[in-house]
Amino acid sequence: MTTPLVQMKDVCISFGGVKAVDHVSIDLYPGEVVGLLGHNGAGKSTLIKILSGAYKMDSGEIWIDGKKANIHSPRDSRDHNIETIYQTLALADNLDAASNLFLGRELTTPLGFVDDDRQEAETRKIMARLNPNFKKLKEPVSGLSGGQRQSVAIARAVYFKAKILIMDEPTAALGVHETQMVADLIQELKAQGLGIFLISHDTREMMELCDRVSVMKNGQMIGTERVEDVTEDDILSMIILGKNPKRDAA
Amino acid sequence: MSDQTPNPAPSARRSILSTLEVDTRLLGMIGAFVVIALAFQMWTGFKAIPDVMNPIAWFSEGRFMTPRNIFNLSIQTVSVAIMATGMVFVIVTRHIDLSVGALLATTTAVMGMTQTQILPNALGLELGHPLIPWITILAGLLTGALIGGFQGYLIGYQAIPAFIVTLGGLLIWRNVAWHMTDGQTIGPLNETYMLFGGINGTLGVFWSWVVGLLAAVASGVGLLLARRNKLRHEFPVKPAWAEGALIAIVVAAILGFVAVMNAYTVPDRVVARDFERWGCEVAEGCTAGYGIPYSVLLLIAVAIVMTVIAQRTRLGRYIFATGGNPDAAELSGINTKLLTVKIFAMVGVLCALGGIVASARLGYHTNDIGILDELRVIAAAVIGGTALAGGVGTIYGAIIGALIMQSLQSGMAMVGVDAPYQNIVVGFVLVLAVWIDIQYRKLSGAK
Repeated sequence: MTTPLVQMKDVCISFGGVKAVDHVSIDLYPGEVVGLLGHNGAGKSTLIKILSGAYKMDSGEIWIDGKKANIHSPRDSRDHNIETIYQTLALADNLDAASNLFLGRELTTPLGFVDDDRQEAETRKIMARLNPNFKKLKEPVSGLSGGQRQSVAIARAVYFKAKILIMDEPTAALGVHETQMVADLIQELKAQGLGIFLISHDTREMMELCDRVSVMKNGQMIGTERVEDVTEDDILSMIILGKNPKRDAA
Repeated sequence: MSDQTPNPAPSARRSILSTLEVDTRLLGMIGAFVVIALAFQMWTGFKAIPDVMNPIAWFSEGRFMTPRNIFNLSIQTVSVAIMATGMVFVIVTRHIDLSVGALLATTTAVMGMTQTQILPNALGLELGHPLIPWITILAGLLTGALIGGFQGYLIGYQAIPAFIVTLGGLLIWRNVAWHMTDGQTIGPLNETYMLFGGINGTLGVFWSWVVGLLAAVASGVGLLLARRNKLRHEFPVKPAWAEGALIAIVVAAILGFVAVMNAYTVPDRVVARDFERWGCEVAEGCTAGYGIPYSVLLLIAVAIVMTVIAQRTRLGRYIFATGGNPDAAELSGINTKLLTVKIFAMVGVLCALGGIVASARLGYHTNDIGILDELRVIAAAVIGGTALAGGVGTIYGAIIGALIMQSLQSGMAMVGVDAPYQNIVVGFVLVLAVWIDIQYRKLSGAK
């Protein structure tokens, strides 16, 4: 059996007495897409923000590639080749695409200055692959469409050779065509052996894209199922009622 | 992920500007400055010959655009402009610093006390010892960095709003300075130290030309190197004629400035007092121009360093990223708390530099030095296009902003506008400048 890429064991975090994530365990294997489902406030985003270093867990363990990892900051998370694409598209609106792509990891000249030209050249290269229509390299990203902004965020993950990708509602701000492009990209990255955590509200989309889905409610993990074992209705009742009707029946 | 934004056909005038890749905002600010200068030139000319109804005569008789006044404008602008470059970073990261004037007073009090009392009395260096000015300046810069850094710590790590911390700082440091000096004027200051004040320390005609030529060559070569670098990466570049025109304009501007500074001649009696300093063998018939003041060179050096920080370093990139989206910056692994400390420490150092120039120009540390400077500095940064919402601002803009403010004030003083009206006009201009900036952003589609 292969080692899981990520194992989060018995993770807890509270905010002022509210248990946002309550003894949750989850794992992710290479080349796999695991979907996280649940209501708003179920704890999906919080759980994932612990993995990406934005929050510090109160208790629990994170294992990456079979080794125990200490993730205390976004930088630690990046050092473990974890990249996150946030729901809110965490881009600095006033900077151009290249500056955003390399934010926090700028390419520098031998003298230590930011090498804007090289960054732009690299951005051109990767964008030619991901989104050939992308031409506005010099403009602040505030002037870009949702899809273009998303492709900057995705380019960041691809360029830095992420092994673990966290996508928090990557298609929430996108049109139909752009959503399809993200879906294609997920398949491509999966084929390259990346592990992907996907958060979404769209159950149908999740059934298509994911290998397994995990459902959370009120900070607790209701259950994890392979998508071929369940129907969309089963998932919905897990989300709404907090239990899997089939399992309970059995 | 489509990319279908139809571009409207650009007009001919716009295409020339875009071919030259000139920053239209920079052009606008320079335009505003030129309009102000021309207006005061004609107004002063009109006051000189009110009975001649001839605009051209008014223009030629004006006193605003004379070498003497341009020289004075430059040295009056330096102190505020130096601090304004730091204020850009503060405002870009969505903070504010109300304590710069008070901080300037504390640093000049420290420097005044160091050179007139502490070093001569406590350490036994006699007055006029060559080390005194440099130890003094070091002490001032250190004081600025420490106080600024401490305020930055309270803002960044303790999450107290910058407005509150620096409002407190405004009261505290102004009165710390008062306490240190018992409210007395400290002086006279060291001769070498006073060279940074402006008219006391200038390069003279010959060295001004040397510096001007070096600067002209350096900027020409710099532009060409940037072009070559772009070509190497196969990026689009502007046509050769446009590049050539740009270089010509820059070189002409630099040499023109040197020529004006050199054209301000030293009064005969000043030359006669120390003719050897002005490069003459005998006092009779000796004429000399002032040339570039050291304080202006200091401002240029600060401007270059701050621009490089803003555009070419990670620090600068993080400052702008944090201003654009603090959450994104933090998620990208940027330590925004430490960044805040660095920014405010930088402002502290710049306050000390501004303080050196301000006190050296006066020749004393006075109790009211730098009063209301915080407002002038913030206004300069804002007139220069720094957005209070964060993320947007330029160093050159802040310097031109300071220049515009100073031009208005000294221009109005020259034509005899009463003091209250001067402040009313400056207040209007501040609001107007921000309004124009908002309209410009709306039209140009930038946020």
